Amino acid sequence: MNDALVAALRAELSTDRVRTGTTELGLYGRDASNIQGSAGIVCFPVTTAEVQACVNAAVRHGVPFVARGSGTGLAGGATPLDRALVIALTKMDKVLSVDTVNRFAWVEPGVLNLDLTRQVTKYGLHFAPDPSSQQSCSIGGNVANNSGGPHCLSDGVTAAHILAMEVVLSDGSVVNLGGEQPEPDGLDLRGAFVGSEGMFGIATKVCVRLTQNAPAVRTMLMDFGTVEAGAQTVSAIIADGMVPAALEMMDQLCVQAVEAYIHAGLPVDAAAVLLVEVAGLPHGLEADVVRIVEIGKAHGAGTVRIAQDEAERALLWKGRKTAFGAIARIKPNYYLHDTVVPRRKLPEVLREVYAICTRHNILVMNVFHAGDGNLHPLLVFDKREPGVMERVHAAGEEIVRASVAAGGVLSGEHGIGLEKRDFMPLMFAPADLAAQAALRRAFEPTGLANPSKVLPSAAACGDVQHVPEGAWV
Amino acid sequence: MIDLDEFAVAVGGEGPVTISGLGTRGGPVPGVRCVHAPAGIEWVQADEMIVSCGAATPVDELVAALAEHGQTIALPSGGTVGGALAVGRSDIRRLGYGPVRDVLLQARYVSAAGEIVKAGGPTVKNVSGFDVCRLLVGSHGTLGFLGDVILRSRPLPQASQWFTCGSDDPYDVFAALYKPISVLWNGSTLWALLEGHPADIAEQAAATGLSPTDGPPLLPTGSRRSVPPAMLTTLGGKFVAEVGVGIVHHAEPQAAGAVSVERTVALSAAVRHEFDPTGRLNPGLDV
Repeated sequence: MNDALVAALRAELSTDRVRTGTTELGLYGRDASNIQGSAGIVCFPVTTAEVQACVNAAVRHGVPFVARGSGTGLAGGATPLDRALVIALTKMDKVLSVDTVNRFAWVEPGVLNLDLTRQVTKYGLHFAPDPSSQQSCSIGGNVANNSGGPHCLSDGVTAAHILAMEVVLSDGSVVNLGGEQPEPDGLDLRGAFVGSEGMFGIATKVCVRLTQNAPAVRTMLMDFGTVEAGAQTVSAIIADGMVPAALEMMDQLCVQAVEAYIHAGLPVDAAAVLLVEVAGLPHGLEADVVRIVEIGKAHGAGTVRIAQDEAERALLWKGRKTAFGAIARIKPNYYLHDTVVPRRKLPEVLREVYAICTRHNILVMNVFHAGDGNLHPLLVFDKREPGVMERVHAAGEEIVRASVAAGGVLSGEHGIGLEKRDFMPLMFAPADLAAQAALRRAFEPTGLANPSKVLPSAAACGDVQHVPEGAWV
Repeated sequence: MIDLDEFAVAVGGEGPVTISGLGTRGGPVPGVRCVHAPAGIEWVQADEMIVSCGAATPVDELVAALAEHGQTIALPSGGTVGGALAVGRSDIRRLGYGPVRDVLLQARYVSAAGEIVKAGGPTVKNVSGFDVCRLLVGSHGTLGFLGDVILRSRPLPQASQWFTCGSDDPYDVFAALYKPISVLWNGSTLWALLEGHPADIAEQAAATGLSPTDGPPLLPTGSRRSVPPAMLTTLGGKFVAEVGVGIVHHAEPQAAGAVSVERTVALSAAVRHEFDPTGRLNPGLDV
């Protein structure tokens, strides 16, 4: 085993921050996906120099290394394979500086998404990307996955909010990508690094753009007799020239599960519920609310509930953000998917999703970022049922294929990781994948930084290919 | 879908080659065989806020076509779409509209090997694979020649108005405005572009002491500098600065900048080498 590597790491970090116990290796052997990997060593650097030391030691010993934040990723991106060294960045959790005038902050990668927003709220600012896991996911993980969230519709994904990074490369060097200045010289290496799923290097400092808090916010809930009517309302709102802060949809099964969990007075008889939030200056906001309600009514909306105060707004959002917890009341296990389709295709792809799941006898609920066309079919099941996992995976694969066939993409915000690696050829030809592999090689010629993720084997020669049980291959 | 085969054949797989649009952003590399990308708008989908066009489509033609659908786009006017993306410089609405690099969703380009390669995808939210699109923006054609693209558009605002006021310190007004589209400052005068509902625009202007004006000031053309936005208050000479962004339009040419950090330069060179091992695309061009 890697006794020599352990010794080398302990010489650089303190002994208690290099762990090889069964418990730690078990905990760090996977992320929030359904895929089990295997960690060999877990270490917890607290400075850039220590991250360099970890990377140098791993490369010297020829051991793959995997950077990890909070481990909330859903595609296996932070799942270590082949007893890799897990470099956990959770102890690098300081907000280093905040420029409240020009609205950016330098932070360490282990800062939690919501903690950053909490720390800058007093300046009237927030960090715009807000994944549903924002209470526990880290900024470094957001950078690695180019994370999304409900408010990407108006504010853009993580890549639009990262100005610069300090990165440790696999040769142990430290580079600064991007900058506080708007157009740094040279290629946009910052842009290339965001979303590289830990395969290009390890970000040790991140400069994030902060966004002004809206002076006013209105949140409303509309219910519909059919899922299609809700989906058509979404397209009609955008076509009318409005970009709400968020446009989220939940289908009936999901609303029922959530209502039983939080008792918010949600319309449990409706086929679909649309959560719409508009934010901005008061006159534009009120005009938008009127138009959105008109459009909803024209598409058959039943009741329209407009949150009367912050408490009611928080309750409506709690319903949306706790949907995944609520389903535990129905079945013990779930598999959450993530694809994007053109908004106009939402009705037909949703029909297809229901048909696929019926065919495979799997319960499905849909709770998703409708404004972005970002579907999140949630397959709920009890894995103790014989043969159920095969059906879950078969249905999942068909959902991914149907989304891409409708002109969509493989993943909107969860990333490719191990989960969707072998589906990449559905979207990309060999030459397209070769370009991505070339980009990876330029950043990371050793192939030891989080190997075997994102790129299917033919495109990623050099990486050791090993997909554990549970991945869809 | 636009047919890129002819363009790919023109680029070929060997020998130096350069590309030109309308020649407004420096033009082709002199003395090198020159190719042209396809032009034309493929479609506009206002309900998806996306548009597809050939790289040689003039930006102004695209803007006019989008306007018919109630949309606009964050590209600087003049020249071609491909040129605007290859150079990657934003215009003075960057504060509100965002940088050029956030506009490109999908690109099909011809690689140094003469192959048609697709990067990205047609949706705003897309994390399927590495972000080759953002890398292409600002790469001056050194990684591949853009053939056709899918771009993110945005709705035209209900109202749009420039304002001005005297100002020794732009940050009082800057802090008081909610998501202005542009704030410009020359050391003594401030200009702001506000968009949205007319009543909101009027209230914002009144609260900050802004008076309506016809448009932005003439921008000095000696140099266009990119500096950390915190440096704006230290500027000397004749300039117009984009507050909150860090672009400075200065009357004087820019002195030779500090040398970039060696390792970052080497990383850029490694990327270029992977995409174009013989350096045949826009040879000699320093990005």
